Amino acid sequence: MNTDVLVVGGGIAGITAAVEAAEIGYNVTLVEKNFYLGGRVVQFYKYFPKLCPPQCGLEILLRRAKNLRNLTIYTGAEVKNVSKGGSDYTAEITLSPRFVNDRCTSCGKCVEACDVSRENDFNFGMDTTKAIYLPHQYAFPNRYVIDQRNCKGVECSKCVEACAYGAIDLTEKGKNITIDARAVIISTGWKQYDAEKIHYLGFGKFKNVVTNLMMERIASPNGPFSGRIVRRSDGKEPKSVAFVQCAGSRDENNLKYCSQVCCLATIKQANYLKTLYPEIKIQIFYIDLRAYGIYEHFLKRLESDRSVEFIRGKVSKIDELGNDNLLVQAEDTLSGTKVGREVEFVVLATGMEPSSVASGIKGVSYDENGFVSDDGLFSCGVAHKVGDVSQSNQDAEAATLSAIQLLRNSGVRK
Amino acid sequence: MNEMKLNVLICSGCDIGKKLDIEKLKGIAEREFKGEVSISSELCNSPELLRNVHGNVVIAACSPREKQANFSVENDSILERVNLREGIIWSHQSNEAMQSMAEDYLRMGINSVMRKSLATLIDEEISKDILVIGGGITGITAALEAAKANYNVFLVEKEGKLGGKVAEYGRILPVKSPYRDTVDASSFINERIARLKEDSRIKTFLSSSIGSISGQPGMFDVQIKSPSSEAIIRVGSIIVATGWKPYDASKIKKYKYGLNPDIITTLELEKLLKDGNSFANQKTFAFVLCAGQRDDQNLPYCSSVCCAASLKEALQIRERVRDSKVFIFYKDMRALGVYEEFYKKAQEDSGIFLAKADVDEISWNDGEPGMELKLNGGFLDFGTDIRVDKVVLATGMISSEFGMYNVKEEHPENGPLSYSHLNPYKLSDGATATSGEHILNLRYRQGPELPTLMDGFPDSHYVCFPYESRRTGIFAAGTARSPSNVATCEIDAKGAALKAIQTVELADRGLIIGPPKVGEEDHLTISLQRCTQCRRCTEECPFGAIDEDAKTFPLYNPLRCRDCGICMGACPVQAISFKQYSVDILHSMIKSIKIPEEDDKLRIVVFACENDAYPALDIASRERMKYSEEVRIIPVRCLGSVNSVLVADSLSEGIDGLLFLGCKYGSDYQCHFVRGSELESQRLKALKETLDNLALEPERLRIEQIELSDWSKVGNIIDGFVESVRKFGPNPFRGL
Repeated sequence: MNTDVLVVGGGIAGITAAVEAAEIGYNVTLVEKNFYLGGRVVQFYKYFPKLCPPQCGLEILLRRAKNLRNLTIYTGAEVKNVSKGGSDYTAEITLSPRFVNDRCTSCGKCVEACDVSRENDFNFGMDTTKAIYLPHQYAFPNRYVIDQRNCKGVECSKCVEACAYGAIDLTEKGKNITIDARAVIISTGWKQYDAEKIHYLGFGKFKNVVTNLMMERIASPNGPFSGRIVRRSDGKEPKSVAFVQCAGSRDENNLKYCSQVCCLATIKQANYLKTLYPEIKIQIFYIDLRAYGIYEHFLKRLESDRSVEFIRGKVSKIDELGNDNLLVQAEDTLSGTKVGREVEFVVLATGMEPSSVASGIKGVSYDENGFVSDDGLFSCGVAHKVGDVSQSNQDAEAATLSAIQLLRNSGVRK
Repeated sequence: MNEMKLNVLICSGCDIGKKLDIEKLKGIAEREFKGEVSISSELCNSPELLRNVHGNVVIAACSPREKQANFSVENDSILERVNLREGIIWSHQSNEAMQSMAEDYLRMGINSVMRKSLATLIDEEISKDILVIGGGITGITAALEAAKANYNVFLVEKEGKLGGKVAEYGRILPVKSPYRDTVDASSFINERIARLKEDSRIKTFLSSSIGSISGQPGMFDVQIKSPSSEAIIRVGSIIVATGWKPYDASKIKKYKYGLNPDIITTLELEKLLKDGNSFANQKTFAFVLCAGQRDDQNLPYCSSVCCAASLKEALQIRERVRDSKVFIFYKDMRALGVYEEFYKKAQEDSGIFLAKADVDEISWNDGEPGMELKLNGGFLDFGTDIRVDKVVLATGMISSEFGMYNVKEEHPENGPLSYSHLNPYKLSDGATATSGEHILNLRYRQGPELPTLMDGFPDSHYVCFPYESRRTGIFAAGTARSPSNVATCEIDAKGAALKAIQTVELADRGLIIGPPKVGEEDHLTISLQRCTQCRRCTEECPFGAIDEDAKTFPLYNPLRCRDCGICMGACPVQAISFKQYSVDILHSMIKSIKIPEEDDKLRIVVFACENDAYPALDIASRERMKYSEEVRIIPVRCLGSVNSVLVADSLSEGIDGLLFLGCKYGSDYQCHFVRGSELESQRLKALKETLDNLALEPERLRIEQIELSDWSKVGNIIDGFVESVRKFGPNPFRGL
């Protein structure tokens, strides 16, 4: 298959790049590893600083995508290798079986019939779905998926019998395809840094220590607890929450760089916690509060709330107490004293690590931190550099221009 | 009514056929509308049924948000989707009520499609050339990058040379991994200027300004004023890269700027560093970060770059004055992202002392060198009183567009600001009559500059759609758009260049430019016979798409238009309509609704914004959440497009109440058209008074702000409204 522009990764940056290039008139192919588009942002409850839902902007982007006949989208597709030959790039892509084809009307009868459950990775394992499931309420494509690790397969076939449209094929096999592209944009995004590596913070050991991305799922109306903030140990709504900034970031032993968005993510989360639970007590342990640019207003709004305590100090240890509460300890660098706070819930502001660290694409070169380093391929979003949603979109526009420059100088006409 | 044949395709799949009487629906389409009807048990999987269908095509099946690829029609046809699945059977229970709902929705869809006409393309000669205003790093990069994609560029710079602020710097922050080494500013900018001069696609005007800009994307006519000449050029899109101004340090009284020559700003220090100054006998330096920034009395926002820039200057001083001591006092050290490495480099320098502290007082004895600084911070190694030879104030960045155009409705909490855009800009003044202070001199009815956000940065939906100013086809970039360092300016310039290119390509095809309806092709017509020159459309268009001609009739610029229909909602005489969206169409939909004969059954119209409220209803129905069967949902392009006459018409038709579901408004607005839902809420206030005069309860009208993630609440909001109307009983005008 041939395409003008191949975009690898269908998160916010990748969708923006693909839609913009296609609207200019080029043939674009967007390849996404998940079975849905939207990447990280569809897991968010709100964006900062407007506290608006990410689905609002995505709805517009996806509507534009649906109207573009020159945009081809593959989901459940992973690019394994990119190689250059002549003026073209060749990408080797593995398509995972979805077991549900495009005859699916998303009527939901299959889910009613299925009696196997699976851990829901979209919600970081905090709840379950059936083995045949819709990845989430806003999923695009709006089509079911079967998790082959849990599905009992052809012997069961209850979903196949329930489907009136012949949309389910339990014998579907994965396949490999290649796509030749004149230009390639890598937008493979990020993962949250593995908080278990910061052992002294207790993540993975203490149930009531969660990451900021888990917090987004917990707060979401379509999350594991329908938007109620609850402790995982006892299902109680916490009355006090501590946020631990730079959990992994700005740390020689973990992420050397500043992840840039975690301060604002915490300000956002503290803001919506106060809206959901006005009586809640919040402590924020930080090194520097980096609410850059016009986001400063967003920080000010929170600072004016007296029930939010800002403690300037890097957390040195978290201990679990008998009542499942947590003791957060740090040195307050403003007073030079040691402080400890008992709280019912802890959110670690874990940093962003480019996805390439876990699974890089062969043929793409990365720098020491895992960000794509320019070698003729273009990149945008967090695959390129840390940034917020706005900056990732901005970066996507820039990468799209690079791709178009290449096309227009190699004689590709739209 | 268009003359095209009516085709109605009804799907009975997904249990639609089990819940609804499809034959009855078929009968309505055939008998009442003479339509040709086909029924399928899985319409989305039956492409053959759609293959040779032309004219008016009504597909009664799932939500219009589903299966678009399967349900598309040719260019000679008009498609209307009737939402039987999500809109009826997934979200309601009683079979009888669902049937009457389906019959209403079918009639509404058919009446709507028959009143639409095929879009006509705008066929004008357009220019694909791009104008870049400002010859600093952003403007230079934008010009080079657009030219690299083979577009012609005009670059206008007000000074006699290119390079902007960067040409005044000694060194700039690291631009590449590992981000520890600064870069010589002159060679950095000169290399780019040299490339620009060699590029035959770029024509540069130095010592020049913009006399005026008129027209629209693809057809901007720009008057360039140069010292000894004037040129008129036509361009397709415009990049505003006019950079920043430093905040006036003398406004922060406690820093005593201007009273002592050894109190300088970072920009002044840059010049000293660039000129090779060796700071004779001066050994101790103090940087005061946030000199004005993050301060409600001065600049309420953070300039983003001053922290790292101060580190850069401190390191340079340390290199130049070997035994120097440099103190840096900050609120928070905001060396963002990869600049952490650079921050570390400064921390490693034993002569640099970094501390979170405020400088409360600066004092000196006249005639003696040096100054005393009184610090206010927590725990400071070196005490709270220090003596320094020089104080450097890291003043903030202000957009060059700051204060040019304040739009009060975007940030009402800031108190009174000028409503300058409501004083019409006189087109008859001629190009030469423009004020010297302005930059763009747009000959737009709504004023000569870009509308800005609260802090003076021209932007609107900056999270999802950066660059979308409210002047279609004109994109701000670099420090004019947000505080940025050099590396960010370069990316921003490239992004803006892409938007400029996309603009000219869409203009070339006559399509809508800018989200959310980008790529669509519906343009409006204004009936001048009906127009009373009230100017509401020209005032309320969020994008300034409508000017006024010499007789103050509206003058529509189709390629500035974003298709929201706010003007259509505003027009008191209903003189404005689109080919596929009009007051007449919406009215026909309302008239299609059968008013129940029983007094205990209500009929309520819900206008739902198609961008957020309507998708929220869809998601709720996927979760099989139920809401009242007594409502009829009408999706609208924007709440602001709902004309007040529709409210009066609905009430006289016997509708018992009207609910408006639109996006959030206010300073954190989510309305995709910036002001639509807010304008509608203002119109409703006036309408409620009218209702009062008619002895109707004003509570029969309600507006609710809904965001897409509110799907779990939207059903309750609807039910709550229905019950509140029930208290008043049916509309007394029913049956009159």
